[in-house]
Amino acid sequence: MSNDILVIAEHLGGKVADISYEMVGKAKELAAAWGGQAIAVMLGSGMAEQAGTFASDATLYVDDPALAEFNPEAYGRVVAALVEEKSPRLVMFGSTSVGMDLAAWLSVKKDMPCVAYVNDLTVEDGELVATAQIYGGKMAAQCVPQGDAAVVSVMAGAFPADAGRGSTAAEQIASPADLSDLKVRFVQMIMPEAGDVDITAEEKLVAIGRGIGSEDNIELAQELAEALGAELAASRPITDAGWLPKTRQVGKSGVTVKPKLYLMLGISGAPEHLEGMKDAELIIAINTDENAPIFDVAHYGATQDLFDVAEAMLEALE
Amino acid sequence: MNIVVAIKHVPSTADELELNDDGTNLDFDEVDFVLNEFDEHAIEQAVLVKEAAGGEVTVVGVDVIEELDGVLHTALAKGADKAAKIVGDIEPPINSHTHARWLADAIGEMGPDLVLTGVQAVDDLDGQIGPMLAAHLDMPYVGVVTGVSASNGSVTVHKEYPGGVMAEFEVSLPAVIGVQAAEKPPRYAPISKIRQMAKSAEIEEIDADEDFEYEGCELRQMAKPVSAGHAEMLEGDAEEVAEKIIALLEDRGLL
Repeated sequence: MSNDILVIAEHLGGKVADISYEMVGKAKELAAAWGGQAIAVMLGSGMAEQAGTFASDATLYVDDPALAEFNPEAYGRVVAALVEEKSPRLVMFGSTSVGMDLAAWLSVKKDMPCVAYVNDLTVEDGELVATAQIYGGKMAAQCVPQGDAAVVSVMAGAFPADAGRGSTAAEQIASPADLSDLKVRFVQMIMPEAGDVDITAEEKLVAIGRGIGSEDNIELAQELAEALGAELAASRPITDAGWLPKTRQVGKSGVTVKPKLYLMLGISGAPEHLEGMKDAELIIAINTDENAPIFDVAHYGATQDLFDVAEAMLEALE
Repeated sequence: MNIVVAIKHVPSTADELELNDDGTNLDFDEVDFVLNEFDEHAIEQAVLVKEAAGGEVTVVGVDVIEELDGVLHTALAKGADKAAKIVGDIEPPINSHTHARWLADAIGEMGPDLVLTGVQAVDDLDGQIGPMLAAHLDMPYVGVVTGVSASNGSVTVHKEYPGGVMAEFEVSLPAVIGVQAAEKPPRYAPISKIRQMAKSAEIEEIDADEDFEYEGCELRQMAKPVSAGHAEMLEGDAEEVAEKIIALLEDRGLL
C-alpha cells in the first residue's frame, strides 16, 4: 500500500467540474499528513489542457475515445486498474451523478470500505476521520474507515475549490484497462429545453417544496411571486410530480441560483436542494417543522403555516 | 422480461430523530420506518417497463424491523407480481454493504434481466446499494436515471447531470439501474387493493446469510450537525410574520 490519494476528477461539456478542484485541495492536505502524494486522475479524450489545471502533487491523464463522455462501466474499469496498480490509501469521488455510480461499486469490487456524503475529512494520529451527513442531513456521522485503504464520495461545496487549482503538468497515459466490449454505450447528450424562464438570471425567486401539498396550491404561490415581482422555483418533488417544469428545479440535479431574494415555502432543506441555493443573498424560509435543516441555512425563518403567511403577504401587498 | 426491484426500509426523517444512549446512531425503538422514497420510483419504473415490454416484476427487500409486509403489499397493489423478504435475526442498523450482499444473494437466484433500485437512501452512509449490487452480480450499472425503456435485450436510460442536462445510454441486459425518478409520478394504490393483497398475497421468505459482517467503518459518533448559523426566527401570527417579511424586503429595496 502507498500513502497516495487518487482524486477522480469530473468534467462535463469540456469543462472541469468544481468538485474536482475541491477534492484535490483537500487531498493535498491529507496526503501531506501521510507523507504521500495527491494524484489527480482525469479520464477523457482531448482533455490534456484541462488535465493541467490542478494543484495536485501529480496528475494522470488517461486519454481514450471511449472515455470522451462519462461512461460508468469504462470509468469503472480504468479506476479499478489504477487502484490495482497504485494501491492508494484513499480514492476520492464526488458525491455527484458521476461519483455515485463508481464509489460504492469500487468499494465492493476492491473490498475497500466506503463512506458516502462526506463533508469533512481529517487525519488524526495517522487515521482518516470522515464526517458524513446522513438521514437527509439531519445527522452528522463521524466514521473511521478500517483497513489499509478506503473510498469516499465527497459532497459538492464541502471544500474550497481554489486550493485545488494550479498548473501541475499531467502525465498522459493510455488506458490501463481494456475498454472494448462495453455493455454500457453512450448514445447522446440531451440538453434542457429552452423556452421557459431562466431562473438563474432572476433577482427574486419564490421557491416551493413538498409542503405546498397539492398542485392546486401552486396558484397561491404564483400569485405571491407575481406580487413580489419574482419567478417561481421549486425543489425536486414539485418538478418530479410534474407540477412545474424541470427548468424551475433548484439543486443538485437542477440549477444553482444566487438571487437577491429566495423566499422558500414548504421546503425542508434536503442537502440536494441546499447545494443549489445556499449562496442566495437573502433566504427567508417558511416551514412548520422548527427542526427543518433549512433554518440552519436561511437568514430568516418562520414556522407559521405557509398558506396563511402567503395570503397575509398578498393582502398586505395589495 | 424478469424485472427485480431491490428496496430498502429506512428510518423516516419526517419526525425529529433521537439518538441512542452512546450517541453512535439513532434510537431505532423511537423511529418509524418507511420505504426509501427513491425505491417508490424504482417500483413505479419497473411497472411502467412491464406495461410497455411485458414481463414480471418481483420486489425484494431486507425485513429490517419485521414490518416490511405492508410495503410489499403496497408494491403488489401497484402492479408488482411477486414479493420477497430477506429474514433472520436482523436488527437495525443494517448497513448498505450488508443490504447489498443479502439482496445480491437473493437476486442472483432469481435470474433477472433487469434490476431496478432507488439511486440512494437516507441511511446509506457506507454507499448506495445499486452499484454494490452490480459489483456482486457482475452486471453493468447506470445510476441517477429518470427514464428506462426496454427493447431487444437492452434498455435505454436517461442519466441526469446538473443543470437539466441528461445523457442517454444503451445498456445490455442483464443490468442494474439506479432510479432517481420514474418517468411518471408513482401511482396511488387504493387501500382496498392493499388490503386485498394483505389477505391473499404470498410473500416469499429468504434467509439472510447472518455470517456476513461488514466492518468497514467504525462509526465513532453521530450528532446533529453543527451549523454555522441559524435563521433569525420571525415570531407572531401569520399577519405579523407577513408584515415582518415585507419590511425586510422594503429595507433591502427588493419591493
